[in-house]
Amino acid sequence: MREEILNFIEKNSRVDLKEVAVCLGMTEIDVANELAAMESEGIICGYHTLIDWDKVTEERIHALIEVRVTPQRGKGFDEIAERIYKYPEVNSTYLISGGYDLLVFMEGKTLREISSFVSQKLSTLDSVISTTTHFVLRKYKDNGVIFNKKSEDERMIMTL
Amino acid sequence: MRNPLSQTIVSIKPSGIRKFFDIASERKDTISLGVGEPDFDTPWHIRDEGIYSLEKGKTFYTSNSGLIELREEISKYYRRRFNISYDPRKEVIITVGGSEAIDIALRAMIDPGDEVIIPQPSYVSYEPCAILAGAKPVIIELKNEDDFRLTAQELLDAVTDKTKILILPFPNNPTGAIMEKEDLEKIAKICIEKDIFVLSDEIYAELTFKNDHVSIASIPGMKERTIVINGFSKAYAMTGWRLGYAMGPEEIITQMTKIHQFAIMCAPTTSQYAAVEALRNGDDDVRMMKKSYDQRRKFLMNAFHEMGLPCFEPFGAFYVFPDIREFRMTSEEFAFALLDAQNIAVVPGTAFGDSGEGFLRISYAYSIEKLRTAMERIALFIGELRNGK
Repeated sequence: MREEILNFIEKNSRVDLKEVAVCLGMTEIDVANELAAMESEGIICGYHTLIDWDKVTEERIHALIEVRVTPQRGKGFDEIAERIYKYPEVNSTYLISGGYDLLVFMEGKTLREISSFVSQKLSTLDSVISTTTHFVLRKYKDNGVIFNKKSEDERMIMTL
Repeated sequence: MRNPLSQTIVSIKPSGIRKFFDIASERKDTISLGVGEPDFDTPWHIRDEGIYSLEKGKTFYTSNSGLIELREEISKYYRRRFNISYDPRKEVIITVGGSEAIDIALRAMIDPGDEVIIPQPSYVSYEPCAILAGAKPVIIELKNEDDFRLTAQELLDAVTDKTKILILPFPNNPTGAIMEKEDLEKIAKICIEKDIFVLSDEIYAELTFKNDHVSIASIPGMKERTIVINGFSKAYAMTGWRLGYAMGPEEIITQMTKIHQFAIMCAPTTSQYAAVEALRNGDDDVRMMKKSYDQRRKFLMNAFHEMGLPCFEPFGAFYVFPDIREFRMTSEEFAFALLDAQNIAVVPGTAFGDSGEGFLRISYAYSIEKLRTAMERIALFIGELRNGK
């Protein structure tokens, strides 16, 4: 039941309760209770809006930063990850297998803002060995949504 | 000059909704609920396999009956999903859509004067194909009060000494009706007693929302007298690929292959390679699409319930077939008025036979957002009709 609700609202969190209930064959009260429970259990962590910022005048710059770090005895990567993800500029932080350790997604208003964050805050942390910064030039697809996709229905208006 | 035309073909009336279709197509911003194909794109891995086959230069004819890999996958699929075994070398033929399979099956089995029983409302091609094959079509008018299922009594009443084939179009387009195992057993019994063959059009077999589809061919004694028709259009959202298949007794498939060989050669090679991928790795796609259709189906049933429009609950395909008899208009008048007033295009039930009079086919191969807007407008429209505006 939970998974059905989550799958239904994953792509559209704005649908009303009644519609979720009707489409899944549940009662509205059950859906409301489950949603509330999943919010308090931290299963549902937020209801975000997916925006194509390129279409808005306000400049936003996104970067991916590969970070190599020295893990700390007894704490592994957790403590250094926490140091990094607590910065409000940082959108996401993942521990990654392969050639580096942490992948950090961040957002800034200018190139300079991001580069100064990397050079002054990130690189200067004791456990950080090196960083590699990649600036996003264009987003084609985000969270399963293709930006700039023409959405008209190409089917004929009526077929039997 | 002599008349260049065949009187047989001239006497077949064109598909019933031509006029309505033309008018609806010319209007701007129409919300159409009239489409008989999935709104999903063909899953990417299937398209990718088609592209890859082209890159590798697989651009030649296949054997007349189709790629053996594909026939083997189809055979495995029917065993896995519907518990019937067909020999991929002798009992399966790949066709250009289910439509071709219907046509050549009838042509392979009919002699002039044979009767073909066609339950309606149903897909528009059975009757003309039967006529072109030289048969006399015998129509059974399915009823709303039976949830548009075919009953044993209706079949018995239609059978004569000349009856050769019963067409069994379930899950049904346009009504969404299904036939469950108990229903089929009664039909099977009559077919065996009266020595009638069955053409079972199972193109919507993956889209059932109660129990899994049951093929009449899986009922004891029926495999040897049934031609099963299916295809990739509905289950895998592959309408434009034009790929279907037929399975049945070797002697019938052999004759069908002959017609297919002379008229078609073979089904499109690219589509056949893509279809192999669909059957090998497409189960999850089918499940995902089916789940989405089911949600929309429930959404529409609830919307009709709220506007007080009677509609039996359909458990198959992606159509609902609401009853509009209370408004004392023909289906076509209603459809025209709805188009005029609210810019919503639906298909009059009569497009699928006279017994569709008083009903509309509404497709839910559309996003919930679109269905929501459409249902709001339909509710407005019938509200005004009821208030005598």
